[in-house]
Amino acid sequence: MKLNSISDLRSSLREETYIADRGLTTAIYLALKLQKPLFLEGEPGVGKTEVAKVVSRLLDTNLIRLQCYEGIDVNQAVYEWNFTRQIMHIRAMEAQHKGFSEEELFGEKFLLRRPLLQAIENSAEKPQVLLIDEVDRSDEEFEAFLLEILSDFQITIPEIGTIQAENRPFVILTSNRTRELHDALKRRCIYFWIDYPSFQKELDIVQAKVPDASIQLARQVTSFVQELRQEELYKVPGVAETIDWITALVALDQTALDETIVEDTLGVLLKYQDDVEHVRTKVLNQVYNRATVSA
Amino acid sequence: MKREIEINGNVPISSGQLLHNLILFGRLLRGLGIEINPGRMIEVVQALEHVEIGLKPDFYFTLRSLLITRQQDIELFEEAFDLFWKKPTDGGIDMSLQDLLNKQQQMMQQEAETLIIPPQLEETKEDEQEKDDDAEDDEDELQEIIEVTRTYSAREVLARRDFGELTPAEVLQIKRLISRLEWRLGERETRRLRPGSGALLDMRRSIRRSFRYGGEILDWRFRLPKIKPRPLVVLADISGSMERYTRLLVHFLYSLSSGMEQRVEVFTFGTRLTRITRQLKNKEADLAIDEVSSAVQDWSGGTRIGDILKSFNFEWSRRVLRGGAIVLIISDGWDRGDPVLLGREMARLHRFCHRLIWLNPLLGSEQYEPLTRGMQAAMPYIDDFLAVHSLASLEELADHLLTINTSGPRRKALKGAAFIGRNR
Repeated sequence: MKLNSISDLRSSLREETYIADRGLTTAIYLALKLQKPLFLEGEPGVGKTEVAKVVSRLLDTNLIRLQCYEGIDVNQAVYEWNFTRQIMHIRAMEAQHKGFSEEELFGEKFLLRRPLLQAIENSAEKPQVLLIDEVDRSDEEFEAFLLEILSDFQITIPEIGTIQAENRPFVILTSNRTRELHDALKRRCIYFWIDYPSFQKELDIVQAKVPDASIQLARQVTSFVQELRQEELYKVPGVAETIDWITALVALDQTALDETIVEDTLGVLLKYQDDVEHVRTKVLNQVYNRATVSA
Repeated sequence: MKREIEINGNVPISSGQLLHNLILFGRLLRGLGIEINPGRMIEVVQALEHVEIGLKPDFYFTLRSLLITRQQDIELFEEAFDLFWKKPTDGGIDMSLQDLLNKQQQMMQQEAETLIIPPQLEETKEDEQEKDDDAEDDEDELQEIIEVTRTYSAREVLARRDFGELTPAEVLQIKRLISRLEWRLGERETRRLRPGSGALLDMRRSIRRSFRYGGEILDWRFRLPKIKPRPLVVLADISGSMERYTRLLVHFLYSLSSGMEQRVEVFTFGTRLTRITRQLKNKEADLAIDEVSSAVQDWSGGTRIGDILKSFNFEWSRRVLRGGAIVLIISDGWDRGDPVLLGREMARLHRFCHRLIWLNPLLGSEQYEPLTRGMQAAMPYIDDFLAVHSLASLEELADHLLTINTSGPRRKALKGAAFIGRNR
């Protein structure tokens, strides 16, 4: 696929039902053109991970995903030896009274390829999309290791040698900002902060994602969530929750919002008991009224 | 932003004008305190080759996504961008630009000039005088021996003296002693593994070993979790009722944050919450403390602890309470706010940390009972309730922090906290 301008990219994204504003589109476009990693930060549920999925569809290539967590290390991110298979091989050789060499045992056949290695190895035909998700959950050691990978795109396995990416993968890193990442890592990337969408943008997203919903319901739901974000909540609902909620309402055959159904389905939107309690007892009525008036 | 960019509309990037302006813009951002690495400007120029710079939004986002790496800088960037890349026909670019820079400079100057040094942090000249007098005393040898024994027992007495009742000379001494305290915090097991005699198999190394025995795994290798010190978060009350203690408290905070190997996040609160972690990073104790005094705006005001904890829970807890943090609240519990709110926010904070320790200077007095409404509301969620009124109590705190080890929390909460360091 050819991408000649930011507007091109934006409409292609839209065809894949991803509604991006001009800023995000520009960031993606530049990351593609300059072959730099894209670093996306934002509250949970604003569509960071989705960007990687959509871009991989656009580029018609594989999405390789590395989910980060505390304690993730090279064995889980790059490669590991297939021990079970190695032991079985040794036993089989013994049974046949054959010898075996160390090279044989540490050959490609016994190598388990983890996401980072896959992204580099499979790059012969076209670049892969590599999603490094929630990088803020990993620890500093892993962050430093990523820094190295992202600058050279090569991996050295002592038993096999150095593997170099033929085409640099398109890397997308996401973070929920549970901690600040080191500047050195961010400096290598194109940075974009994804905010909660405006009413119109969110309505577009809802309609694109849940076309079965009635126009009235879509407007009311969007407006309700937009109003809810103004309230003091520990966890403000993201776009993902909006989509979940309207999907739930459609499944319940609702064509419009009413206060009872809102109260019954609040758990789809809010994920903390304190928040549910706060909204149910204090602000539900006001938010509902504001939302239905403005929708 | 619908305005079209006028200057440099169709000028090729490499041509002098735009490049010149970009460099000026970079300098402006740097002047505003946004860190920009020179290599980045080159990348901006490369990036602009791909972008129609006649479209202002595209131009804006290109610069932003390359030059800004922190969400909190976005607002300032936007303001600077709007001012700098304004149509020349609007007139007064230089004026408003100059204004912005002036504003920044003024702010910095003001900060430098009006270092608000609260009275309790100033040391009087008399202190120095007394110190000199002390030094002159020990001329005689005999006198010296007496002096030594006196200093020893004096230290004992001093260690137990309430911080609120010290003479200026004693304050100096205590400060020195505080800076010598050793701080070590309990540790926790991380999810990362290292070789060792743990319970988990290390297949990689076991297989490697097996080659010595022709592929027979005789010598199993194991792994065990890596240990890391727990992060520490301190919330220190500096409101009016704490005034007697604040001067030494700041020294204590400095000693904590400079003496520990792990992450220590420090906040002060009175009428509002101020993060002073960065200020305490200074290598020189006195400079650090000066910086703290200028950063904190609400010395000796009143406090609503519930509201303060709420804003901490909202804005900071997710970012600073990772990895099984220990939270220290230092306050006498005099609270003008709503006790219900305080109870609720304490409960939340309690759920998010490994251990919640409340240090109360009033606990040093024998008559004190935590009867204030605020303290009552907070008590059920406190794991350890300790005194913080004297050097001896600080030493006890240091010992106590060490006992918070890798095992899961043995929380005393809900049954009421333990009183430690009473009657000293």
